[in-house]
Amino acid sequence: MGKLGAVAATGVAVLVLALGGWMRAPLPAAQGGGTISGKVKFTGAKPAMPKIDMSEEPKCKAKYTAAPPTDEAVVVNANGTLANVFVYVKSGLPASYKAPAPAGPVTLDQDGCRYHPHVFGILVGQNLAIKNSDGILHNIKAKGTKNRPFNISQPTTMTSERTFTAPEVMVPLECNVHGWMHAWLGVLPHPFFAVSGTDGSFTIKGLPPGTYTIEAWQEKYGAQTATVTVAGSETKTADFGFAAK
Amino acid sequence: MIDGLLVLALLAPLVPRPPSLVPLQDTTKGKAVYVKWCAGCHGDGGAGDGPSAAHMLPRPRNFTGAIYKIRSTASGQLPTDADLMRAIDEGLPGSAMPAWKGRLSDGERRDVAGYIKTFSAFFADTSQHAAALKFSGEPGGGTGAAALKTGRQFYDSIGCRKCHGDQGRGDGPSAPTLKDDAGFPIFAADLHQSWRFRGGGSAADIYHRLRTGLDGTPMPSFSDLIDQKFLTDEQLWRLAQYVRSLSPPDPPEVRDVIHAPQIAGPAPVSPDDSAWARADRYWFPLVGQVVRKARWFAPAVTGVWVQALHDGHTLALRLSWDDRTQSPDSAWLGFEQRVLETVAGDDSGPPKAEPWPDQLAVQFPRRLPEGSGGMERPYFLMGSETDPVYQWRWTSRPRKSVAGLARGIERFDTLPGALAGQASFDHGEWRLVFTRALATPDTANEVQLEAGRAIPVAFFGWDGSSGEHGSRMAVSTWYFLALDRPTPPGVFISPVLAMLVTLGLGLVVVRRARRRGTARAGRQR
Repeated sequence: MGKLGAVAATGVAVLVLALGGWMRAPLPAAQGGGTISGKVKFTGAKPAMPKIDMSEEPKCKAKYTAAPPTDEAVVVNANGTLANVFVYVKSGLPASYKAPAPAGPVTLDQDGCRYHPHVFGILVGQNLAIKNSDGILHNIKAKGTKNRPFNISQPTTMTSERTFTAPEVMVPLECNVHGWMHAWLGVLPHPFFAVSGTDGSFTIKGLPPGTYTIEAWQEKYGAQTATVTVAGSETKTADFGFAAK
Repeated sequence: MIDGLLVLALLAPLVPRPPSLVPLQDTTKGKAVYVKWCAGCHGDGGAGDGPSAAHMLPRPRNFTGAIYKIRSTASGQLPTDADLMRAIDEGLPGSAMPAWKGRLSDGERRDVAGYIKTFSAFFADTSQHAAALKFSGEPGGGTGAAALKTGRQFYDSIGCRKCHGDQGRGDGPSAPTLKDDAGFPIFAADLHQSWRFRGGGSAADIYHRLRTGLDGTPMPSFSDLIDQKFLTDEQLWRLAQYVRSLSPPDPPEVRDVIHAPQIAGPAPVSPDDSAWARADRYWFPLVGQVVRKARWFAPAVTGVWVQALHDGHTLALRLSWDDRTQSPDSAWLGFEQRVLETVAGDDSGPPKAEPWPDQLAVQFPRRLPEGSGGMERPYFLMGSETDPVYQWRWTSRPRKSVAGLARGIERFDTLPGALAGQASFDHGEWRLVFTRALATPDTANEVQLEAGRAIPVAFFGWDGSSGEHGSRMAVSTWYFLALDRPTPPGVFISPVLAMLVTLGLGLVVVRRARRRGTARAGRQR
């Protein structure tokens, strides 16, 4: 081998390392990093959510055969936890942190005269695909204050795309044809956010080591924060609790 | 040398600078204009919360969010400077915003536009600056049946009726739920009153609003529909032309005297009688009653159309006005409450929304003004204790019409005399006909409707679903009603005779002048 071989080996090693780095960068969540997970608990009497009268839209009304639709401002799960709580890293990321390029669009569906999902997150610059599955007139209005607003008419089955330019928690979305339709969108410069599910749990993965302020936001009960330090690939727990008002 | 510089320095302000060096907008000067003329409504900090704002619906613009209704840019984008200048120059019809062109100099208006932009950081961010959309020109044939049919088709298919209603009077099923971005109640526009459209009432203005939407309101942009080929640009124009066709070709002109032609048949008692086609329509604007407590700053009835006919014995007065609801209407109770909470009246807190009826009143003096006193009339605002007025009052529930004497806003005493009223409600429009004998026995209290006289008349309107009741009402000033006498044949013959005589005399004069001219020319030759 000799000198030449050593040079070649070094070259290959550098190449592999470089490639590895290049490949790893857009996928911080997939390999390694810390995880923060927890549950959003709820205490007190479960508030009665008002029923929504969809008589004006028979097509939507027909989609609720089991029970009439109710307002989604507070969704208490069967296990006494809260769904639709937006949990995200509010601060603590190193200044040098650069978010991965967003993958595909995030889809918001209008189905049964309701938004699916009701609470969700998106990256700055990522496409929001606004889908009208109902095929009846909806207008979708975004009422951000850090982002420019928009208000688009969708009288038929169609999809419109929009993006957001600045971080904002939360951008309210609404339909004025159907005053009960509301959704909430968290726009963030990083992918470290989650929404509590039907069991009240959430998981934020792939965090670089550091000490973070985590905020849990609920549309009716406001926001709470917790401080969590993660190192390496460890998993930390951060539970939140909201009480009935 | 130094002298020369000094002279130059002194002269400098007098030497016109090239246009590129002139600052487009001087925000320091603009602030002075703003503080003097704008802050009363828009607030010192531009948040739309000046001392007068609480009396307004719609509220003054909040400049801090840089969200503007009337723009040439895409939904949600910043307005262009030209957009801001248009709003300042021409005002926003149907709102409290007046046109400032002529009141402020060109420089003052330009500077204040610059200052308004300083209230929001969005204008400082050049990446947010937007260009005007490229609008196509209006396709011809816009008033033809085919164009209007296409327009109506899209009015239905894109769901305009959801808010604006089947006939466009802002009475759609979603209308009572509408709020603007600040949470204030907002009316879906009455498309029959294009002269009140904020961004102007031409078909082109309407087309532009359809493309851009009205930011901060529920009105969306329809531009995506063209991009997605749901409709063509021309079809959107047809929709704009259809909407334009719902209003009169020209904004109604206020004429002081209602002429009531005499007809051969009996005076019509129904608002839908074909005889009404023979009577001119007169428009009378109404304004909020702000003289007496409780004052009302947001009148929902913005005017009445009036027609009058008589048959020599009976007067028929037809009144029609736009009203989104047949009050009381429980679907609008929440909206009514929001209106009452939004529009501050007097010091007392907002009244509770109640299921008030709609009302209309026509007012006359008890007796026609006599003698050399001329046109002295009772106090326009329902007379006074000592000088009452004679009124016809109609309510939607219970559905009835009564005549009586009003002694100020608070006191009304019914009179036994016969007054008939018949009303119908159709898609956001009330149509009401009052009929009464021209001569009645009670000559002391009931105005005697004599042909050929100028009969003072005034109007009052209430929309119960907007919280209007009692002194919370819309009022007009005094106008006149004139019952025409049957026209004697001489009226038609004498003008023709006069014309013929004038023509004959004219010919004689011209011929004589020519003859003289020819003679003079002959002499000169």
